[in-house]
Amino acid sequence: MKTTITSITKKQTLAQEYDLLGCMQCGKCTAACPVAMRSHLNIRKLMQEALTHESLNPIPMKELWDCTCCSTCTIYCPRELKPNELIINLRGILVEEGHVPTTIRDALESVFKQGNPWGGAKNKRAEWATDLHLKDATRDKEIEVVYFVGCTPSYDPRVQEVARALVKSFNKAGVNFGILGNEERCCGNEVRRMGEEGLFEILIEDNTNVFQKLDVKTMVTTSPHCYNTFKNEYPETHFEIQHYTQYVANLIATGKLTFCGEVDKVVTYHDPCFLGKQNKVFDAPRSIIDSIPGVKFIEFDRSRERSLCCEGGGGRMWVDASDSGERLAEVRVRDAVEMGVQIILTACPFCLLNLEDATKTIGYEDKIQVMDIMELVSQVI
Amino acid sequence: MIPAVLVIGGGIAGMQAALDVGNAGFKAYIVEKEPSIGGHMIQLDDVFPTLDCSACILTPKMTEVGSHSNIELLTYSEVISATGHVGDFKVRIKKKPRYVDEERCTGCGICQQKCPWKVDSEFDMGLGKRKAIYTLFPQAVPNIPVIDPEHCAYFLKGTCRACERFCEAGAIDFQQREREIEIEAGAIIVATGYDIFDARLKPEYGYGKYNSVITALELERLSCASGPTEGKIQLNGKEPQGVVFIQCVGSRDKTVGNEYCSRVCCMYTAKLAYLVKEKVPGVKVTVCYIDIRAFGKGYEQFIERVQKEGVIYRRGNVSEVYRRGNRVVVRAEDTLLGEPYEEEADMVVLATGLVPRGDARELANLLNISRGSDGFLLESHPKLGEIESGVEGIFLAGCCQGPKDITDCVIQASGAAGMACGLLARDRHYSL
Repeated sequence: MKTTITSITKKQTLAQEYDLLGCMQCGKCTAACPVAMRSHLNIRKLMQEALTHESLNPIPMKELWDCTCCSTCTIYCPRELKPNELIINLRGILVEEGHVPTTIRDALESVFKQGNPWGGAKNKRAEWATDLHLKDATRDKEIEVVYFVGCTPSYDPRVQEVARALVKSFNKAGVNFGILGNEERCCGNEVRRMGEEGLFEILIEDNTNVFQKLDVKTMVTTSPHCYNTFKNEYPETHFEIQHYTQYVANLIATGKLTFCGEVDKVVTYHDPCFLGKQNKVFDAPRSIIDSIPGVKFIEFDRSRERSLCCEGGGGRMWVDASDSGERLAEVRVRDAVEMGVQIILTACPFCLLNLEDATKTIGYEDKIQVMDIMELVSQVI
Repeated sequence: MIPAVLVIGGGIAGMQAALDVGNAGFKAYIVEKEPSIGGHMIQLDDVFPTLDCSACILTPKMTEVGSHSNIELLTYSEVISATGHVGDFKVRIKKKPRYVDEERCTGCGICQQKCPWKVDSEFDMGLGKRKAIYTLFPQAVPNIPVIDPEHCAYFLKGTCRACERFCEAGAIDFQQREREIEIEAGAIIVATGYDIFDARLKPEYGYGKYNSVITALELERLSCASGPTEGKIQLNGKEPQGVVFIQCVGSRDKTVGNEYCSRVCCMYTAKLAYLVKEKVPGVKVTVCYIDIRAFGKGYEQFIERVQKEGVIYRRGNVSEVYRRGNRVVVRAEDTLLGEPYEEEADMVVLATGLVPRGDARELANLLNISRGSDGFLLESHPKLGEIESGVEGIFLAGCCQGPKDITDCVIQASGAAGMACGLLARDRHYSL
């Protein structure tokens, strides 16, 4: 649904559209918000303002861009309201009005022009895989699995390693798979959360057109963000959508992927919000880690449903928080070092980049490593 | 019209109903699942708003029930089927084997002293121990122990028999078997009570993960002079310096399917906060609440009294509890200040709500009565028929019909008893 400027003044529209009338102002949303302690963003207060004020003008609310769309506010709401959607809606007004941080604007423009938010050229999307000679899922009718690589694993040199590691596992397990190559485009998960609903709809249409040509059973994504929007926000597809942790856990469980080495390390696992909290995929990544020979696994105190956000979602990869203070990724790294962990494993490109960056900003890069689960798996297969 | 009433459940509501029926001159049967009557109320320490000791006001009632000439107690028993209709119900009851002869046992307690096998006490919420032969608590009615075959060495390995050797009355009977009896009653009063919300269903509070996170009923047992710590508020032998209460755990929460307010948590939290403040010198006590519901007689005044004792009330639902060093951190927003905050604590008390009993569906089917969308037994009219079940001759009393405090349970129980007696009295002939 498109938001227009009229919804700024017609409180009924906002209140009815997002069920704000049922809010009991308990404050669980703000308490749960990972950035609330050091941002002016107070989602509980915002709900009440949207409900009671004659007009709600989001233009001065710089803090709206602090939200990571981790969705904890929505997941915890005892009245099952959707506070997160209010923020996305207000961002929509900012996008319409052109009051957007330049870095967000650039990312959105890049998605519009190049199909990815990183400024990479559209026709170089599959360049990372040139030497791998992967099958083209749009042409090859024999393949069973389409691997949806995603923007960050396609263009970011660090995350390309994750895609390569996953491809290595697929090959080792004999998975008959292909990629979309240069026909792959941004999934739009972040685009929607940055308030660009119109562009998101275009992406859905473009991607759906490509998907319809596919004759596969399963689509596997690198990123929990792509997984989330395909599974929950796209029209239903004729194939099953899985995050790679689900697919690989099954390859291991059925004996198709086996190990031939040991990893003598103490590891922990950071739950990505879009995989864990939002889609309840907690066990698949852990079962992969458990199956790696030699690994000693320790849980974070705050894990699974109670996991801490890395602050990479909701467009935050393209905009800094409005307030200073210790970033949550830094808290995460410190906690892991205190636990005696040598490798923090995760299963999301954004978590990977943020956590790795945090090891550098606090000077811990010699003490601890950050890896995607697939990178560790690919060392011992 | 059979001049007897079957009361299912021996908590405060069931006891009150049976006493009223008995005192009116009719026969009352109480069928109680547990080995003793008393229900949840006998587990509580002091009760709000008067701060009477729960056991002190309840044990005389229990004794009265136990010795009443018109009341027949069927403890450690369960209803398994019911047929018939108003005036003439036939109810089959399963009597579980106690392995102790009820006629012979004198209640001397030597068996419990001599039994070498210790088991976590359900009555003390796992915080204390009982023996494999046990009574729920020292003032149990009837004061006859039961053997728990899952932990008794005789049942597990065929050895021990210490209780049997020391019992002078020769009351131990390992050969006892489950048996069924049938009773007839003109009316039935259902007073089966409630279960406590399972706090593990709210993983964000860390119950079951952190030892310092406990439920309110566990704190009741700690605070109780006859409880596992003899009334000392301690965890692992240490008094807490900071205690945070979290209200509405499992109540007013659609994410766990409980939309309703449990009605008692605001008040029992205030009472427990008061007791902690009274018993632990210098302790900081914070209550995190959404709204304070203090609607009963003397309740609002009690809340004010607790506040004046120095208990800090902060409006705002807690989002999470997590570890920091050897303490835990409670994260909430003070919604009156509009400020998120973290508070460190050594003890976090979850004010868990009241939920329908796990066997409510089974019981409803058995008696052919209905349940509401919240799972509690359904009254015939939400305003004008809270006591009637919708089946003539079957009445509801206490928390089986919905969460309520002791006061309201007793009122509803007396109401149910009055209606049941009124029904039975139709057959009597009076001359003026």
